[in-house]
Amino acid sequence: MVLAKVVGSVVSTVKEPRLEGIKFLLLEKIDVKTLKGKNDFVVAMDAVGAGEGEIVFFVGGSSSRQTEVTTGKPSDATIIAIVDSFDISGKAIYSKSGSASGSSRGAEK
Amino acid sequence: MILAKVLGNIIASVNVDGIEGSKYMIVAPGTPLGEVAGGAMVVLDLIGATVGEFVLVSQGSSVRQTEITKDKPIDAVIMGIVDIVEEDGKVVFRK
Repeated sequence: MVLAKVVGSVVSTVKEPRLEGIKFLLLEKIDVKTLKGKNDFVVAMDAVGAGEGEIVFFVGGSSSRQTEVTTGKPSDATIIAIVDSFDISGKAIYSKSGSASGSSRGAEK
Repeated sequence: MILAKVLGNIIASVNVDGIEGSKYMIVAPGTPLGEVAGGAMVVLDLIGATVGEFVLVSQGSSVRQTEITKDKPIDAVIMGIVDIVEEDGKVVFRK
């Protein structure tokens, strides 16, 4: 799974019929130590109800079609979790409530 | 499978993995010597690894071939904790 920040959403009107009703979010992969964006973007289907500014992780490949939202859909990237917090080597890097050290990007809800 | 070093813990209470008590960790691919050599990723931990340990990580659809991950939206799993790595007949990593 890949850690990323929700930086926006993508709307498409003309699309494959099986994509109807699916929410697409624009994700930017982040560095786990600094929380900074890597300028590497992915459009992912949202299976959890994530929102802009949140840190999430997504699955790729055939695993991305194993959720209720994406089963039978032409998905190759699906957000499966919204991150509450994480630590690296025992040091808190990110907390959704905003108490993490380092950059505060993504901490606001 | 790849060799990877466990960097940290990650909590995600809102998730759709369908796995009761699922535990995720942040790992980075490693060299046979146990050094970090790549960008970090999030993996499901099936065996109770701890931060600092050197582990075996499976990726892709193969990770759904366990009881716990069958038909689940998971693409990377810690499958084992590495005790010893031997290269050219020489032990290059020991836990």
